Parts: sequence; C-alpha cells; structure tokens
Amino acid sequence: MRITVRINGDEHQADCWEGESLLFALREKLGFPGSKNACEQGECGSCSVLLDGALVCACLVLAAQADGHDVTTVEGLAEGETLHAVQQAFVDAGAVQCGFCTPGLVVATADLLQRNASPSDDEIREALSGNLCRCTGYAKIFDAVRLAAGKA
Amino acid sequence: MDVLTPRSLDEALQLKAEHPDAWPIQGGTDVMVALNFDRGRPATMLNLNEVQELRGWWRGDGSLRLGSGLTYAEIEHGELRTVLPALAEASRTVGSPQIRNRGTIGGNLATSSPAGDALPPLLIEDAVVECASVRGTREVPLGDFVTGVKRNALAADELITAVVVAPSGAAQTFMKIGPRNAMVIAVVSLAVSAGDELRASFGSASPKPVLVTAPRAEAAGFPAQVAGAATPIDDVRGTRAYRVHALEVLTRRALERVLA
Amino acid sequence: MTQTRARPLQIGRIGELVPRIDAPPKVKGEFAYASDLIVPGMLWGHTLRSPHAHANIRSVDISQALSMPGVHAVLTHDDVPGQKTFGLEFPDQPVLAIDRVLYYGEPVAIVAAEHPEQARRAAERIVVDYEPLAPVADMERATELEDLHPHKPTRGHGYREDDRPNVVRHMVIRHGDTEAAGDVSVEGVYDIGIQDQAFLGPESGLAVPDGEGGVDIHVATQWLHVDRAQVAPCLGLPLEQVRIHLAGVGGAFGGREDLSMQVHGALLALHTNRPVKIVYNREESFTGHVHRHPARIWCEHRATREGRLVNVRMRILLDGGAYASSSTAVASNAASFAVGPYETPNALIESTVVYSNNPPCGAMRGFGAVQTAFAAEAQMDKLAEALEIDPVELRLLNALKPGDVLPTGQVITGSLPIAETIRAAAALEPPPAEAFPRDPLRLPGGAGNTTRGEGVKRGVGFAVGFKNIAYSEGFDDFCAARVRLLADGSAEVHCAAAEVGQGVTGVILQVARTELGIEDVRLAPSQTATVGSAGSASASRMTWMAAGAVRDACRAVLEEQQRRPGEEIDLEQIYRHPRTTPLDPETGQITGERAHVAFAACAMKVVAEVDVELGLSRIVWIGAAQDVGKAINPQQVEGQIEGGTAQGLGLALMEEIQTRDGLITNASFTDYLIPTTLDMPPVESVLIEDPEPDAPYGVKGVGEPPTVVSTAAVAAALRAATGRALTRVPVKPDDICL
Repeated sequence: MRITVRINGDEHQADCWEGESLLFALREKLGFPGSKNACEQGECGSCSVLLDGALVCACLVLAAQADGHDVTTVEGLAEGETLHAVQQAFVDAGAVQCGFCTPGLVVATADLLQRNASPSDDEIREALSGNLCRCTGYAKIFDAVRLAAGKA
Repeated sequence: MDVLTPRSLDEALQLKAEHPDAWPIQGGTDVMVALNFDRGRPATMLNLNEVQELRGWWRGDGSLRLGSGLTYAEIEHGELRTVLPALAEASRTVGSPQIRNRGTIGGNLATSSPAGDALPPLLIEDAVVECASVRGTREVPLGDFVTGVKRNALAADELITAVVVAPSGAAQTFMKIGPRNAMVIAVVSLAVSAGDELRASFGSASPKPVLVTAPRAEAAGFPAQVAGAATPIDDVRGTRAYRVHALEVLTRRALERVLA
Repeated sequence: MTQTRARPLQIGRIGELVPRIDAPPKVKGEFAYASDLIVPGMLWGHTLRSPHAHANIRSVDISQALSMPGVHAVLTHDDVPGQKTFGLEFPDQPVLAIDRVLYYGEPVAIVAAEHPEQARRAAERIVVDYEPLAPVADMERATELEDLHPHKPTRGHGYREDDRPNVVRHMVIRHGDTEAAGDVSVEGVYDIGIQDQAFLGPESGLAVPDGEGGVDIHVATQWLHVDRAQVAPCLGLPLEQVRIHLAGVGGAFGGREDLSMQVHGALLALHTNRPVKIVYNREESFTGHVHRHPARIWCEHRATREGRLVNVRMRILLDGGAYASSSTAVASNAASFAVGPYETPNALIESTVVYSNNPPCGAMRGFGAVQTAFAAEAQMDKLAEALEIDPVELRLLNALKPGDVLPTGQVITGSLPIAETIRAAAALEPPPAEAFPRDPLRLPGGAGNTTRGEGVKRGVGFAVGFKNIAYSEGFDDFCAARVRLLADGSAEVHCAAAEVGQGVTGVILQVARTELGIEDVRLAPSQTATVGSAGSASASRMTWMAAGAVRDACRAVLEEQQRRPGEEIDLEQIYRHPRTTPLDPETGQITGERAHVAFAACAMKVVAEVDVELGLSRIVWIGAAQDVGKAINPQQVEGQIEGGTAQGLGLALMEEIQTRDGLITNASFTDYLIPTTLDMPPVESVLIEDPEPDAPYGVKGVGEPPTVVSTAAVAAALRAATGRALTRVPVKPDDICL
C-alpha cells in the first residue's frame, strides 16, 4: 500500500507492506533512519517521534495509521548545521555515548521543554522514564535537559 | 494483509461485520508488539484512528461515557483526574509517556490481560462496557465482559465503543507493584475505594477481574479478605506467595488513604 | 596523587574537556549505525533458530521455503564452504547447527529475501525435524551429566587437566598455607543470575559481495580483526578477501566480542551475489550474543581478631552455557580477583566453568570480577560484623598497595591506590534523609504509588572492587595505529579500535593532536583493510592501547619527518603493553613476573531506601571514588563511572535472564528490565589520579571498575536497610519481605 506522510514539514510517499510499523517505514522506506530500532515493543523510547504533535513510539504506530498525518523526527529538529537547543545541550553535557538512545531522548526532551519550559527534577525523570539509556546512567542526560532548559 | 481505515463508526461497524477476523488497532500498544514479533498475521487490520466517535469522553445523565479511543494521557492530565481518581492514578502507571499518549482504555479492555491497569479502577466503579455492531449496541458489565485470561465477551462483529461509568465519588486509590520504579507491567496492582462500602479489585492476581466488597465496619479484616480472594500464579514477573502477601500490605495501606 | 572533582574547561588535548566528534551526528540522527545501512538491491537476511535447548536434528527440509515469494537463498550448514565451526577462542560453535542444537535460539538455517517479512515467512516453511533431548540445565550437575562436547575443545591449551564431563576450564590458585586458621571465620554461599548486556542497538550488519569472490562486512563489533580471523575460514576465503568495516555501534559491553550475523550475512551475500542486511529484533538479540555468567560462589574468610585476613577460601562455579566463547578467561579472572583488593597471606581459590544447555555466556563488562566482588564484599561485611569493626576500617586494614603480593604470587609493581580510593569514597557525604510526605516518584515503588513512607527503611552500603586492565595470562596483546602526515601539514590517523560509545575516537584525536602539535587531524574509518589489529574494545584496554599505538605512530612520523622534511609520511606502529605470562595450571601461580599487566579499582558508598513490607527499593544516592590513572577526558570518565554503576545497579536490583530447562522465558524489554530514569540516583564521583607507570600518559581503563563494585555496594545497602542476608542477585522482593 502507498502512504503519504508529512515528515518534518514535507510530504513524503512510500509503498509499504501493510504490516509495517511507522518506524520501519521511516527508516527503510522514507529515508529517515534517525529514529532507532532498539526494542520495537514500546519499552525503550529510541524511536520517539511526534505524531500530530504527540510524543509516541514509532514502532507502535502502524505505518498505515500515519497516512495523511504529520510526523516530526529527530532529523527535523536542527536548522541546517545549527543544532536545536536540546541537541546542543546533549553535546555539551556529555550526554552522548553510544548514542543509540539519543535521537529518542532528544525528541522526548524537546517535547517536554515545549510543554514545560522549566521542569523540576522529578518532572524530568518522569517525562524521560520511557527512554532507556544503557551507557550513561542518565546523569549527563539530566544535565543536558537542565542545560537546555536554561537552568544549568 | 489489508488495512482498512473507516472514517466513521457506522463504517467501522460495517467493515467489522464484513471482516469479523480483522484485528482492530487503535493505540497499537499491544497489537503492534504482536505484529512486530510475528505473534500473528491477520488478513485484515481495522485502523480505528480516524473514527472520531470513539475519541474523548462525555457526561451523560449521571454517568460518564469514556470513548474506547480515550488515551491514558487524556485520563491522567484532564478533568477526569478528579472524577475518577483511581483510574487517573492507574493511567499514570501505564508504560511510559509515549505509551500513555497512544494507549487507550478500549485497547486495555479488548486485550483483557489480567495485568490490564485500567480494569481494577473501572471495576470498583461498576463500569459497563459498550459493545456495538451493525446488529445494535449492548452494555456488558465489566465483571462479565472479561471472561478469562485475554478472553472477553466481545462478539466477532463487535467493537468496543465506550466504557460507561457513574462516578461514585468515593475516596479511592490505585497502587501497582513492579520490579522497577517506572515502566512496568504489574506484578500485582490494586484499586480500593471507600464509599457506602469498601471495594477492591486487583490486577495480575486472578484470571479475570474480581470485585471484593465489605461493609465499612469490617475494614480490619478487609486486607486479608482481599488477599484471600486472589488466585495468582508463579510467573516470570513474580511469585504467587509474594502477590498474596503484597495484596494484603497494599490493601492495608490503601485503606489508610481512603478512610483518612 | 590528585583527586579531581571540578571539570576543566579548556578544549582539545589530553586531560581537557573535549566534545565528542561523534556527538553532533548522533544528536541529529545522522550517525550511521549498523542497522541504518541501506544499499540498492539489498536483500534481507533472517535466521531460523532452535526452539529447543537440546535436541538432535533428524532432517532439515528447505524446499518449501525456497519456493516462497521473494526468496533468494535458504542455507544450512551444508552450504558453509569452509570451516563449519567458529569461536572467539575455541572453534566449538557451528556456523549453522549440524545434526544437533545445544541452546535455545541456536541458528539452524538462514534465509535471504526481498523484504524481511518474506524472509520470516520463508523461515517458517523450513521443516526441521527435531528429537528433543533432556537438557543439561543445572550447572551443579553438569559434570555428572551427558558430555555436550566430548572432544573437549579447550583441552591442550595449558589448562589444568580435568576429564569430568562438560568442564570448560577448572583452575586452582594455591597461595601460602591453604589450611591456615584464623581467630574468626565467616562463611557464605552467593548466587548471581544471568545478566544481559542489553545494548540498545541490536546486532546488525550489511554484507556486500565485491564481485570477485570476496566480501565487505559492515558490522557493529568490538574487534574487527578477530571477526575477520573467524569469518574468513568459514567462508573458505583468504583473510584479504574479507574486509570488515566498523558500522556505528549501539553499545557493546562485551556482547559484541563474539560473532553474531557476520558469517551468516556474508554467506547469503556471496550466495546471492547481492548485498544482504541482517537486523536482529530485541527477542532475537537475547539469543544473539553471550551473557554474563551466572555463578554460585562458596566462601570462607578467616581473619585475626584485629581483622587481618589470614586465609580466603573460595569455590566459584560458573555456567558457560552451550559454547566456550571467552569462558576460560572469565573463570580465570573470577579466580584472580576473587579475594578483592585485599592482601591475604594464604588463599585457596577454585574456579570451574562448565558447558550446559543454558544460554551461552562470555564477556560482559567486569568479566568474572563482578560475580566474585558481590560474594567477597558480602563476606567482608560479614567479617566486619563478626569482629565488630567498621566495614570501611576493615577494608582499609587489608587494602592492597604496591609491593603487596596477590594470591597468584604476582607482586604489584604499578599504580594501585586502594586505600586512597576507599578513603575518598568513604569521605563522600550523602544528602540527609528526605522527610515524608514526598512525591511517590522519590519513594520505593516509584510511579507505582505503593507507599507514602510506610515500611520504608534506609541503609548505607559500602564496597570496593578491582580488576585487571587489558589482556592477561600471556595473551599477545597489541594495538596498531597508522599515521599519515600530509604535505599540507594535516594528518590522518588509522586505527581499528572500535568506537562502541566509550569515546575512543576522541582519545585517538586528543593523543594525535597532543603528539603532533597540530589541530588538523582526521580519523579514518575503522576497517581491517588499511591498518593492523587494534585488539578488542574490551577489558578496559582500548584507551590505554590506542593511546599507546597512536602516540608511538605520531612520534615515529615526526622522527621520519626530520629525515624527509616536506614529504608525506605514512607509518604504522604496533604498541604492546608489558608482557604477561600464563598461570601455572596446577598452582595458579605466576610463571613469570606477572599474569596481569595492571589493575584499577573503584570504591562506592550507596544509600538505599527499602520498603521492607513490599520488598521494593529505591537507590537514593551513590558516591564513587575511582582509581583512573590519568583522566584523559574527565567528562567522559565520569560518564563511564555513571553508566558502569547503572549496569551493576541493574544486576543488583532487577536484571536477570530467566530460564526454564534452558529456554529463555523473558527475552524482551518488557520482562528483562534495565534501570530507567526513576531507578538511577545521582552519582557523585571523585577521580583518583595516580598515573600508571607502564601506560601511555599514565592512563588506566575506566569502564569496568564501577560495574565490578556497584552490584556489591547496592546489595550492601539493601542488607543494611533490611537486615536480611540477601545472598543472591538480583535481589527479589520475595527475598526482602517474605
């Protein structure tokens, strides 16, 4: 089947097998591999994208369900070479190791800060509780969120 | 495989009648895991995302009608928080924010897992499940709707359209035990209310939801009564003995909250 | 010796804050991980795996699968053109099962198709006739049951002779008078469950045929050249026709030392003459790599009334699962570091690793020392209690220092500031207990809202751990680096060191810029074709080894430049750390000056709150002091401490691969749980800088010590809060409240 999805502001089309997830379609068919395939069961948040503005796991969206909808991926955050404030904060805080969780965390953090410009530590922890990181122990990720929120 | 995307409830019911084997998919938080891990390959998927009638919630005469497409995030953050507090507390424990943005109350009912977090808080509020088909609509009390582990009374041509509940206004709470401090499937969960009587229902401790009640005067024996009503098993998430023990502790603590 | 807590703010060279070169592409989603690779005409590979832990295969019928739509190849062991088996150290594992399977998830056949769904459907049509057999599932009975490897793959490698069935390696360390008695004695038996590396990027790779019979494999791995050394013989190709390229690695932690899809992808690519991509899903990943060995450890610690260790007797049993992987080295490491960073005049350490039909185990961060640290540190606390000595004082009293002798007879000649590390961690002050009521997120049970303070008790635990840096026991441990100094004054560095997230690419650039005195240094992609082996990104060795090799190559290039000014210089150098020698197979004593080249330690204080009625825990705060040699990039070192601590915390509290008769019952991130943002406390870390004399710039590896100690330290805090013995990790709620 053919789906049409507005990704990071531009319309894209792809032919999909009907059982494909939005994540698979983004990564393998639509040219947006930034969202990561870590668990494909909604447990790790590495594939976090905004679907019509809501933070979701792309692995749990049927590609066909995104047909005609808006998706924002990690690739849509930077303005050319200028990193999004959250991305820059992740770089500066040393929040990136292997980086496989990073795209999902960057999207989830951008979503959090867009809703809550100065989150408390508890709010940061709860908002990011669906994004697993295996390398950092999260400390530098929290640093990055606080840095991006202008509270560091 | 085909994906059918109806734009109205009538169309959805028509398609479900024509394709009784179709897998309905709303939030996808259970269905997509089954697809991604090859646990099933339906001939037809019925995508309910575009059916506006299933979304949101409304007040009726003395009752609330929660659309089957109502998400946990909408329950957790909206006005329902004050009307159905245990359901809102339960919603906050479901998966991650990403899951709560997608997962729906209808999906939780349709999956009919013993661990379904929405079931205990709905059962203590005497929720009724609205099942619709081209043949008409019927209302099934939640206690009758779930018939066993991942089994329910939904007919092949039916869809869950709503959950109807008349909020009791009773003091209530929800608690859930997992092996870590977020993002867990319940090892055991519990909803308790104290209105005209004491009410409790638990998750992951019986094949289908059980409602336990007692007069308020019998609060002292209620924790043991609740634990005694459970019929849990040993599995990868926990042991039978622990679940029974934890239910008694949780019920005692819940009563301290709701009787305060 | 210095202690560092503030971060320097300069940019660029050794010891300074250096932003990672891979961070910008990673935050933008542009960094190409192995699973991100796509080339035109690519097929998808899929692996059919055994549903049994132990079975004979009567027949495999691929005819139906071959006729399925989109399918280009279905291969079995008959199609392996070269050597049919492989292995990191012993080639005991079939590329594809031959007549039998020895573990759940063992690869039986592989399929290549146009779409992954077509490959899955075809695999479903492969008919395998299994004859299920009783599994060897209990490691304590493995030496009495059916011998799974009767031809003894690990025999003849200088290990102690042991003819019992299923013994992979049995070793004994006898030190001093092994019967020596003390004034007091404490005993204990400790168990450790199977931990998974649970790296987030599942095993993935892309194999591209070169049209001339050779193949390029782009894969997430820890050691490019050892992959090539295993892959080429199986393909029946000379080494130079197999080129391994490092694709982006989504975490490793030891789990990518062994092969996963490399041979399979190459077989399919060469068979179809099309590029083939293989990506494991999360469930498959649990069977796609080796795990941390589960262990049972019997201990008896004897000491004087003053608290000096007199004799430490330990028996260690490790379950290696179906194939050898690096089990022999893990067993040896477990024995070598069993006593912990303490001096004891006498010791008797026995370590056995067995084959079974359980999931294969091998390398994971900490490599044997995690298991023994959990046991030995619990024993030290027990001893402190028996003697009524403060546990920190007891550790200081026995702390190893340079000049002391290890149970293997090795004299510590390099840096080992154990006492300083213990003191620094003990000096860290945790925040005061927070009053109730508070948000349930800051209580045991977290988001589950299970307590408002009822049942909550606080406990403080302390532990110390140490292990070796780099390879040991006579292994020829080296790293190559090649530096090109170009006529325009810029430089290009080639090194096959695997960037697995630890930041070695940054180290390489820092060293090159420091040594060459120029800023314009590029790092060439890691691959086998352009430079020699770097060894593995493991054993906390990569920073040390790569720094040594790049330093030497830079200096050689500068020297050559003196002779040939203005010309392009291109030189490769091989760095080796001081030589080690094997342990004596009968006594476990050194046969030369040393069996291990160097050591690093970490001490940790942990504050836990435990709901003792429900058995739920929340770790509140962790203070760590780590012996780091020299911090090349302090921010990254802290990141390693925090991340390494999290993995050990996971093992203490929640992480375990569960099995039933060898079958994994929780192969998902739904049921194999790793710590979330609500499980990890703040980690306050102090870096103890005591340069390692034998290492370039005085560096030590920093990745493993925090993992070695944190499981023990978290368990100690739980014991302090609950008063329970808690002799098994992960600690289950049942252990606390039933």
